[in-house]
Formats: sequence, C-alpha cells, structure tokens
Amino acid sequence: MILTYTDDEIQRLDREALRSLQLLRFKKIITQALKTDFYKKKLGGAGIKNAEDITSIDDIKKIPFTTKEDLRNTYPFGLLASSKSDVVRMHASSGTTGKPTVIYQSQNDLDNWTNLTRRSLIATGCTCDDVFQNMMTYGLFTGGIGLHYGAEKLGMFVIPASSGNTKRQFMLMKDFQTTVVHATPSYMLHLFSEIENMGFSPEDFVLKKAMIGAEPHSEEIRRKIESCFSIDAYNSYGLSEMNGPSVAFECTYKCGMHVWEDAYILEIVDRNSLTPLEDGEQGELVLTNLIRESTPIIRYRTRDLTKVVSGKCECGRTARRIDRIFGRTDDMLIINGVNVFPSQIEEVIMKMPEIGNNYRILVRKKGTLDDLIVEMEVGPDIITDDTRDLYQLKERIKDELKASITINPHVEFHEPGQLPVQQGKAIRVVDERGELK
Amino acid sequence: MKVRQISVFLENKNGRLAEVTRLLGENNINLRAVSIADTADFGILRLICDKPDAALKLFHENNFTAKETDVIGVIVEDKPGGLAHVMDICFKNNVNIEYLYSSLMSHENNAVEIFKVEDIDHGLEILEKNGIKAIGKF
Repeated sequence: MILTYTDDEIQRLDREALRSLQLLRFKKIITQALKTDFYKKKLGGAGIKNAEDITSIDDIKKIPFTTKEDLRNTYPFGLLASSKSDVVRMHASSGTTGKPTVIYQSQNDLDNWTNLTRRSLIATGCTCDDVFQNMMTYGLFTGGIGLHYGAEKLGMFVIPASSGNTKRQFMLMKDFQTTVVHATPSYMLHLFSEIENMGFSPEDFVLKKAMIGAEPHSEEIRRKIESCFSIDAYNSYGLSEMNGPSVAFECTYKCGMHVWEDAYILEIVDRNSLTPLEDGEQGELVLTNLIRESTPIIRYRTRDLTKVVSGKCECGRTARRIDRIFGRTDDMLIINGVNVFPSQIEEVIMKMPEIGNNYRILVRKKGTLDDLIVEMEVGPDIITDDTRDLYQLKERIKDELKASITINPHVEFHEPGQLPVQQGKAIRVVDERGELK
Repeated sequence: MKVRQISVFLENKNGRLAEVTRLLGENNINLRAVSIADTADFGILRLICDKPDAALKLFHENNFTAKETDVIGVIVEDKPGGLAHVMDICFKNNVNIEYLYSSLMSHENNAVEIFKVEDIDHGLEILEKNGIKAIGKF
C-alpha cells in the first residue's frame, strides 16, 4: 500500500497516515537492528525481542538512547546490519577521540538518501534547469557527496567543485553561469569578500540560491548572505549518523527546517533529564533513521539544541519543522563546517613528550572564516639551542593535528607557566567567534 | 676546550628579555656573550656567563626552559680578514658551522667568536692543528 505513494504525496500525508508509515518502517529497522549484537542487547534490555514487540511509535520511548560513544565503541563493524557485500559505500565523521564513527550504505540505502536530498532541493525551488555548484568537501564527510547525488537525480547541471580554491570557484560560477551553490555560511561570506580581490564583479554571476549548512548560523547571517549576493539562502541540517545533509531542510517559506519524518523519527528531549518535550520546547534533538537498513541507528542523541516549530507550514508539507540549531550539549566545536572535539586536540598534545600539559584552544574569526589556534606550553626538556628543531617539532604537531581533525591549525609555543592556569576542571577552549544569535 | 652555553626558550611577549637579564643581574651573574635566534612567535636566547651552574639552577627555579650546549670560543685576530681566515680553515676541513656570534669580551686584544659546530671534537681538533686558539673559560 505505502509503495503507491509518490514522493510528493508522502510529503503531504496527514499526521495519522504519516505515523502509520513511520511505524511500518520503524518495525523494519528494529528487525535490522536486532541483527547486531549492540542492538540485540540494547533492545533486549527494553523487552524488545522482535519487531512484533513494537505496536506504536510511542514504544520508541522504551528504548535507551544511542550515543556517539556507542558508535565509537562498535568501530569498525559493530553496527553493520547487512552483509558486507551489500555495502556500496561508507562515510565517517570525527569521533571525540581518535576513532571516527562509521556509517555503511547499501545501494538501496543510498537511493533512499538521494531521494531526500533531491526532495530538499525541490523544496527550495530548484529544478533541472539549474546549474548547481557544490562547494562542500567531497570525501568521508557526507556534506559534499550527499547533495551531489540528489542534484543529479533532480537533473541539475552539477559542478562538483568541492571546497576551497576561491578563484576557481568564481571562474566556474562565471563561465558556467551557476544558479545554485551549496556551501557553509562562512564560506559564502568569504566568497563575497573576495569577489573584487580576485578580479571579478558581482555582475559576472547569475546566482539565485545558496544551500547553506554544516555549521550553525543566525538569521542575521542568512540575511547578510542573501543581501550580499541578492539571492535566497536556505538552511540545511544533517549529520552523518543520520546519513548527512537533508535530515531537515527549509522550504521556500524559510520558517524552520522540515524534518523528513517519513525517514526520521523526531524527538526533542530535556537536555538534562532526557525526558521527551512538547513541540515548542527547547531541548536536545534525538533522531531515529527509518530508511537505512545497513546501519540502523535508533534514538541517536545529536547533542544539537533546537525546538519544534509549532503550527503548519504554508507550503502544505506535513513534516514538522525544527528551528535553527542554537547550540550543543557537548563541547564539540564547528570550525569552517568541520566538527572538532577538544579531546582530539588534547590527545595529540599529550603524546608529544616535548610539550607540557597546559594548553589552550582558541577559535576566532579571520575575515569571515574561522581560525583555529592551539597554544601549548613547552615542556622543560624541549629546548634545543636551535630554532630549526622547534620548527620541525611544530610542523610535526601540525601534521598530527591535521591528520586527526582534518583542518590546519596554527600552533603556538609558550613558556611553561605563561598560559592561564585553570582552576578545577580546565576550561581550555576559548571561542571568540561570538554568539550565534 | 669547550665553552658552556645556556639556551633559554622565550615566547614572543613584551618584557621577557628584560625579565631574564634582570634575574641574572640580581643574582650577580655576568654575561660574556649573548645572542638571540628569533622567529615570528618565539625566540631562543643563547648566552655565555661567568657562572653557568648557578645560571642554570636559577633558570630552572624560575620556571624557564633552559638547556646547556657546548660551543667553541675561538680567538680571532682583531683585524680585517681575521674571521675570514678562521672560516676558510673550517670550510676547507669540513667543519660545518651551525651558527656563530661575537663575545662581549676581548682576549689579549683579540676578538672572541662563539662557534656552534656539528661535531665539536672534530672542530676543536682542526682549529688546533691550524694554530687557532680556543678559550675554555670566561
């Protein structure tokens, strides 16, 4: 029966039909999850031995949450619920320490995800006549390749530019008359500030829309991007644990991001007690993926803080909307769209015998982009009489950090005792980028 | 004869050099040679003084990162070409000089240059063979 819905119909199902569809898919995911030792234990503990033990979507509340720590502990294959030969791709995002968290996709899983990215682009008014320049990084990160597939599926003219190389981005935008770009909000502002420096002028471009995501931003930033380029900018939300971009996306009304509820169960829980909250109340976003059989993840704590936007959207889609993300419940930093945990940086510093234990992480704006500075005190034995040795050490630390967090930090050496000493639990992160809102 | 040099790590911050030199002065330690290797964000102060053991102790007690290195104090004739003569000997005998700087004192009307070479024993041997004197004590 459900197979007869078109994608447009699914987006406009009444709430009751949507819940029935969710229940059907949820049971299927439970069946898959029970194929992993991890969920056999977790679900078994909640009295769920097979999919028939689930009779309503509300039964989800019996199931304990899944955390990033869980994903890390099951690395590399603990959450794989299909045979390895069914997997056609993996993605990974940074973990809080060395090991990344991995997601496996079968061809069917990818098709389901592509359907959502295509749907999201359509919701913002994109068509097959658009030229889509994707300025998100391609690779293990889901941001670039995720939207790429949806754009192709929609029939857009896709330019897989990936991130960086601003001059080339401008050249492509001009020569191929790009109408839609996908980038982080900070990169959009960076682009704007560089137009003239790079020998271009705003008249060279015919840009109409920007899909902006991968880092939290304020309404003011969106408006700034819109007025700089005279375009519409649409907020996008996703995380690799839930596939990547297109978990939630704004439609042309720009009143919150529709969470595609046929594909995800959306819950908001109190950030401390973790009890479910009503629509309109702010708390931590918890998501369950309903469309990925190879890697079932149930009640995943995103650590992102938001609220459900109450009421119906004028676009007619019935999927509820979430507000823009206003913070995190953990210490994760988002630096130029890349997730960085201070613990990853600490791990690198602590294995360097030449470096002491006191360090500080600074994040600042340099122009419109983020700059990461890691200050560290040298240890008593570090010193040589030669600055070259110190340079080499610095380069080695930079390389190790880059390998762990994927972005290039600045490393600064300080004398012992010169960095501020923290009382009690060290607060070593100084984020000088200011408030989001 | 080797000379004991002390290297001190200094971050690029106002007043650090003033602090180090004040500390030495207050403790009656006299500088004999001094140089700074600096980069954009940190520097290494290299110094030779009359009481290296006392200076090292003082630095460690005051939380400075300091280290001792052996260098050569070469006596160079105080006339045009004096240093060139020594350098020529070093070059022809594969004595690789990492850095050098001048001392604040003179020795019997000659200048004293501080050499850091890759292999100090080899360096001293070559200098001696070629009639160049090195001093051991300041």
